[in-house]
Amino acid sequence: RDFNERCAQCSEVNWGLTDGGGFYCRSCHNVIERTREVVNTDFITNSRVQTISKGSKKQEKNEGGCEWYVCEGFQLVLKKQVEALEALGVHPQMKDEILCNFWRCYLQKSKQAYCKRPAAETVKTLSVCESSTDVDSDPERPSLLHLLSLSESEGDLQTDCSSFVSSVSKVSESTSVYSGSVDGSLYLMKNQKEKLRMTMPMTLSFCYMALLWMREPITLSEFLRFVVEGHIPYLNVFQHFPEKMKLCGLDLKIFCVESWPVYEEVFNKMHELAAYLDLPRFPDITESCFLHPDMLCIKYLMEANLPDELHNWTCRVVKKIGIGEVDFLTLMPGNKSTRKVKYDVLAAAVIIVVLKLLFLLDDHYEWLLSEFAEERNKNNTEVCIFYSGGPYFEFKRWYEVVKHSLDVKQKKLDEERAKCLWRCEKPLFYSVKKKSKVLKRRQMVVNLQNQFGKLSGSVQRAKKPNPSSFQLSWSEENTDGSCFHGHSLKGVLQEKCGLLTAMNPDYWLCTVKLCNEKLCGHLAHYREVEFPQSYHFVLGLFSFLLRIQPSYIHDEVCMIEHKLFNKKLYKKLKYNTVLRK
Amino acid sequence: SSNEHKLNFKKSKEACLSYIQDALLQKQWKRAAEFLTCYVESLEKDYSREHIGPSEMIWRIGTEILWHHSQSSMKEFNCFIEQMKTLGVKRYLKVCLEHVFHLLLNGQIDEAYQNLSLAESWRFGEQTAIQDKEMKLIQAYRGLLDYYSWSKQKNILLEHGEDGFSDLAVEQEMHGYFRKAAVNLKEIIKIPGVWDVFVKCYVDLLEFYGDHNEAHQVLNEYAYNSKFPANPNAHVYLYQFLKRQGESKKSLISALKILHDVVPSHELMIDFNTMLQKSKKRKKRRLGLEVIFTALDYAGWKENAKAWSCLARQVKQIVISEKHLDWIKQEWSSRKDWWPAFHFSRYLAKRNWQENKSLSYEKALVAGLLLGKDCKYFKYVSHQGCKAQLKRFRMLKKFVNRHNLVYLRISG
Repeated sequence: RDFNERCAQCSEVNWGLTDGGGFYCRSCHNVIERTREVVNTDFITNSRVQTISKGSKKQEKNEGGCEWYVCEGFQLVLKKQVEALEALGVHPQMKDEILCNFWRCYLQKSKQAYCKRPAAETVKTLSVCESSTDVDSDPERPSLLHLLSLSESEGDLQTDCSSFVSSVSKVSESTSVYSGSVDGSLYLMKNQKEKLRMTMPMTLSFCYMALLWMREPITLSEFLRFVVEGHIPYLNVFQHFPEKMKLCGLDLKIFCVESWPVYEEVFNKMHELAAYLDLPRFPDITESCFLHPDMLCIKYLMEANLPDELHNWTCRVVKKIGIGEVDFLTLMPGNKSTRKVKYDVLAAAVIIVVLKLLFLLDDHYEWLLSEFAEERNKNNTEVCIFYSGGPYFEFKRWYEVVKHSLDVKQKKLDEERAKCLWRCEKPLFYSVKKKSKVLKRRQMVVNLQNQFGKLSGSVQRAKKPNPSSFQLSWSEENTDGSCFHGHSLKGVLQEKCGLLTAMNPDYWLCTVKLCNEKLCGHLAHYREVEFPQSYHFVLGLFSFLLRIQPSYIHDEVCMIEHKLFNKKLYKKLKYNTVLRK
Repeated sequence: SSNEHKLNFKKSKEACLSYIQDALLQKQWKRAAEFLTCYVESLEKDYSREHIGPSEMIWRIGTEILWHHSQSSMKEFNCFIEQMKTLGVKRYLKVCLEHVFHLLLNGQIDEAYQNLSLAESWRFGEQTAIQDKEMKLIQAYRGLLDYYSWSKQKNILLEHGEDGFSDLAVEQEMHGYFRKAAVNLKEIIKIPGVWDVFVKCYVDLLEFYGDHNEAHQVLNEYAYNSKFPANPNAHVYLYQFLKRQGESKKSLISALKILHDVVPSHELMIDFNTMLQKSKKRKKRRLGLEVIFTALDYAGWKENAKAWSCLARQVKQIVISEKHLDWIKQEWSSRKDWWPAFHFSRYLAKRNWQENKSLSYEKALVAGLLLGKDCKYFKYVSHQGCKAQLKRFRMLKKFVNRHNLVYLRISG
């Protein structure tokens, strides 16, 4: 009613609404694409009302389906994900306020809703959706192959698409055959430079961004682990789309995932997104926050079965190099000069540096210290141990216990990865023609799964385990002494001038010079053979816990070391240059 | 580079396959089934570019599991195979054929025959022509089963014949099977390949009905046609046939020549040597010596008393005649470094004496002549033999003593 723009064709201001909610000029019947803004914040399909004149004709073709846009699909995905997070204990505010606003902001910025469509796009959309008998006549229309080659190739999906393409030789129907959604093909074709195109991995970035904003006690690695374990909908989320939202053709390329996203991918995208949305500085990460390195170190020390006493040391390191400062930890979107903080990796790296400080980890010293501790423990009686605050921490015993558990868990994880089921009951087909074939295949797969499932013996597919924050747990009640939390570090410490310092006088740097991260993506290049086995072991331990490649933890370790020994390094460089002169 | 470690569909299925493979190799059928259950969804993806697609994998793996798994029945197995037949039309006949093999292994001959007949009648556009080889095999195996039926009828007939009955119906049936079998068997053996079973059966049929010429021709083709892969059995069959037919020594010898070249350790080498030794032609006798020496190079012949007796006989004969000692010299020159430890150690002397006196006798003779009377083997055995007062050992001792200098001449 309040739309006062002049009609492009007849310059009149005389607008009416079509059945579908679109605007048309009553004088010349020119139809434009104009979004009617949605006032309510409900997440229902078709909350965005934007239709094109050929609406009714389309609906007949879709066999009871409705028109839906790609972003509506993503909206549903996000809704499911945030509901799952809520079920895990996240504050409902995240769904109702935070994520909702982020999403709306995104839609606005990317001009998919809540704004006026630019004229150029209008024309394109119309031409794409007109039925044409001759596909090749429109020079502007991109070929299907071209569309498919855009956007990162998801490997096998690519081959599926190619076979689909070859089967669609001459299309005499409208482009709705290419996708169930209205703008599927358009979506893939969009210029990626200006706009941040939504993808499935990006839904996780959205969620994590909201979690970070709320400072929820969950790290990115944990979040991603929950996704892989199935507690957060990701794989096959589309099966929860309502019946009338038909998925086919190019929609598959958008909504079907055939790989688990990695930490770096989600992390980097999140930062890109935060900048794109022009978000302000995120809420402060202070010392009492779960994501603060001091807090996370407690968690990881427990999980790694290391003595609680080590926490003093991690706090000392954190303080010394200033990574506990609010300004360092809090995310400031768009600030390119500061290094993006990976809270979990940072905490793990701090622990590793502390281990190196105290135990050296050069494949010799730590075992020496361990023997020493073993001797002391043998000689002490139980009463002694009780009064002196726990037995001496023996690196060797710790290594054996943790390695054993780690190997068991790693083996299980590897098997789980091999047994990952990617498909679901909802059939996927590129074109309606292939539907029967796809359904037949699905039926055969189900038959075979039943037949061989019975032969798997008593090993039935275990129900999804409840999500737990700790993957490794150690109980002090175990009488076999396999819990090291209460053990003492006195075997490796000495008192000097009233301060407790490490007996170990040496330290080896992982790298003398840091690489340029922007050029090669890493601060250092980790190769197992170049480092001591003990170092490799602790890297591997945290690599397992965080489900991240050891090289990324290694990068953080290098970064911390360079901050810690900054003065010495600087001196050395200066000395070297002096010498050369 | 982070993408290398990304877990995607393809990688997880590859990992799944390797777990299946490990389980199969360790005969852990339950575990293999467990992982196969997770693998089967690969069928829903297009693998047309891969060399071996998931449908073939599933067929082969599933077959192995169902065949060996304790809780799996033949009924389940058959049901599974029927499903597999629908999966890949390009493999249809192959699946049928392997199914038939399993049925035969399970003793279900009638079912196997039915399946073969069914497969024979299958037509599928250009696939029929493409799968021509498999079709020929199917026909050949049906021919084989026809031969089997013929054989049963023949035995019935022979029994009745003994009892004085003559059974016309059985005879008719028998001839019917013969015709069916012969047609198919004849076809398959035309194609270059290894068809031992088919050839044997076909030759058996031909011999029974008296068509020896055809049989001979078939066997000749099978053995000598260069298009056919080299097959020692072909020569064995030919030899056995010629022997049955009472052919001349000359043709028998010629039949075994290639066999000696290809499989010098074949058990027929004894026959071969025996024939060659007795030949009037010097070349043949020379060959005979080579044949027996070569055969005894193989560990499997070490305790073959017959072989040793052949060698002993020939060596003895040469030594007595004092002609052609150079033959022995030639054969011995490449063996003198290792045969003593291989055949004539003191340990072996003891063992041979304990286990097989004839063996030790023959070997001692050879050792004594080739290595002299002071060699460990001869000394031990002859001493034991004389102690036991066995006449032939005393004779042996005398003989070797008499020809003691021979070894010097041959080792020269």
